[in-house]
Amino acid sequence: MENHNEPLYLYPVWIRLWHILNALFCLTLIITGLSIQFSNPTIMVKFRAAVAIHNVAGVLLSFNYILFFVGNLFTKNGSYYVFEVNGFFSRLKTQFHHYTIGVFKKEAAPFPVTLESKFNPLQQFSYVAVMYVILPLVILSGLGLLYPEITVNSLIGISGLDYTDLLHLFCGFMVTIFMCIHIYFCTFGKTAISNFKSIINGYH
Amino acid sequence: MIYRANIRPAWVVLVLLLCFAIAFALAKHSDSPADAKQTTKHEVQEKIDMTKFKNSETNEQCLKCHGQSKYTYENAESKKMVNKRMYSELIIKRDEFYVSNHKGFKCTDCHSEEYGTFPHSGNLRMESKANCLDCHGGDEKYAKFQFEKIDSNFMASVHSQKHSTDFTCWMCHNPHTYKINARTNENLKETITYDNLICLSCHSDITKYELLTNKEKPNILVKHEWLPNQASHFTNVRCIECHAQNKDTLIVAHQIVPKNLAVKKCESCHAKNSILYASLFKYQIQENIKTKGWFKGLFLSETSTIGPDQNNTLNIISLALFTLTLLVILIHAVIRIQKSH
Repeated sequence: MENHNEPLYLYPVWIRLWHILNALFCLTLIITGLSIQFSNPTIMVKFRAAVAIHNVAGVLLSFNYILFFVGNLFTKNGSYYVFEVNGFFSRLKTQFHHYTIGVFKKEAAPFPVTLESKFNPLQQFSYVAVMYVILPLVILSGLGLLYPEITVNSLIGISGLDYTDLLHLFCGFMVTIFMCIHIYFCTFGKTAISNFKSIINGYH
Repeated sequence: MIYRANIRPAWVVLVLLLCFAIAFALAKHSDSPADAKQTTKHEVQEKIDMTKFKNSETNEQCLKCHGQSKYTYENAESKKMVNKRMYSELIIKRDEFYVSNHKGFKCTDCHSEEYGTFPHSGNLRMESKANCLDCHGGDEKYAKFQFEKIDSNFMASVHSQKHSTDFTCWMCHNPHTYKINARTNENLKETITYDNLICLSCHSDITKYELLTNKEKPNILVKHEWLPNQASHFTNVRCIECHAQNKDTLIVAHQIVPKNLAVKKCESCHAKNSILYASLFKYQIQENIKTKGWFKGLFLSETSTIGPDQNNTLNIISLALFTLTLLVILIHAVIRIQKSH
């Protein structure tokens, strides 16, 4: 779906490093998280080990998130996450139309990757949602579960820990769904594996 | 597409985080005075009017000495008034006694009438003390508390098996202060604290512990170091949930098991078939449903535990959504592959 010939250097080292770590931590957290939630009988990882690994991976993911967050505050990469509000929904529709119909007709991508904008509107929307809404929430709620004493005691009769737990599960679930879709959409490159190569060597 | 220097999402999140931190700090700050107020209210409620108890006047004859840390009497020979200290274990605190289950009794209902004379006869020390079954055994009125079953469970427990007959009901249940909790107190945490303090009265007090054994008292905090979020476990779970055989009933588990049989697997509680829901939690939810209705009783209870509180509907919905996502991806991929050929 790309229409450029010169490879673009889109993924500097810090992004690639952050991305691979983020992927590994998320996978670990999903596997151990499911093992904690459905613990008897044991699925995948034993409960105690799952809790220990989940805690460590959660803390490491949080530090990794700080790298992403600060990096995007102060480098050009942050600009890719800024979307113009005017006409955003129609652009979203165009991209959606491309993914659901256009792609089967081998139509060219409506928003080709450039140095100025490496994400299409749907990517932009989902990446902002997952990185700036879901992930902060999953980190904060995870912190609340790690240190239950910092959560609110109770709100309208329900323990604050309940809300935190539910929020953590919801966000964890959203991250899981995101990961499945994200990995599939990465096969939309020039070839099925070209995007995977890009995030390793940095060139698109 | 031309990039416009709008606000980066990271800044928005940063500002939101800051607002959240301030709101959280304010909420925590306002939490504490409210808690303090509650305690004061609670304390006021505990202040009781002693005159309303039918035997309080009679009991005062005993409590005028046994109700405080010192007593005064006239030395028959020197005719002088003498102040003496009362042994701490012989002090009966009025405010605790008159809210206890036995508040309606006269002291002499359980103790010899001979205590009416002072100084008390030395033989009275040999007086045998009644235990729970002496009064409550075989009584229809107390059938629901199942005292006989409690007794047989206690007999099978390490408390009874490993110690002499000195280990009686009174070791844990002080007849002068004991009050029923789980069935009457809606505040689950208070019940848990109350029940745990019973265990701690020996297990964290070397002087009482030594009355029964010469073994070194283990340090509970060190012994439970393996437990993550120790403080949270100690305030939200009763000792007996892990250290006693819990049957599917509210009657408090009295069959304390040897330490090697204590529950040490996280999954025993943090799973769908959690042992926590065998007794106290189950009872609490049932009572809540009776008084507050299904929704509030089931969902607005304090019995939340990570793991067992899985909602089947939510599980099914999330599994369905996940399967649907994979299915859509699969269909999309198949069509793509077909079209590319």
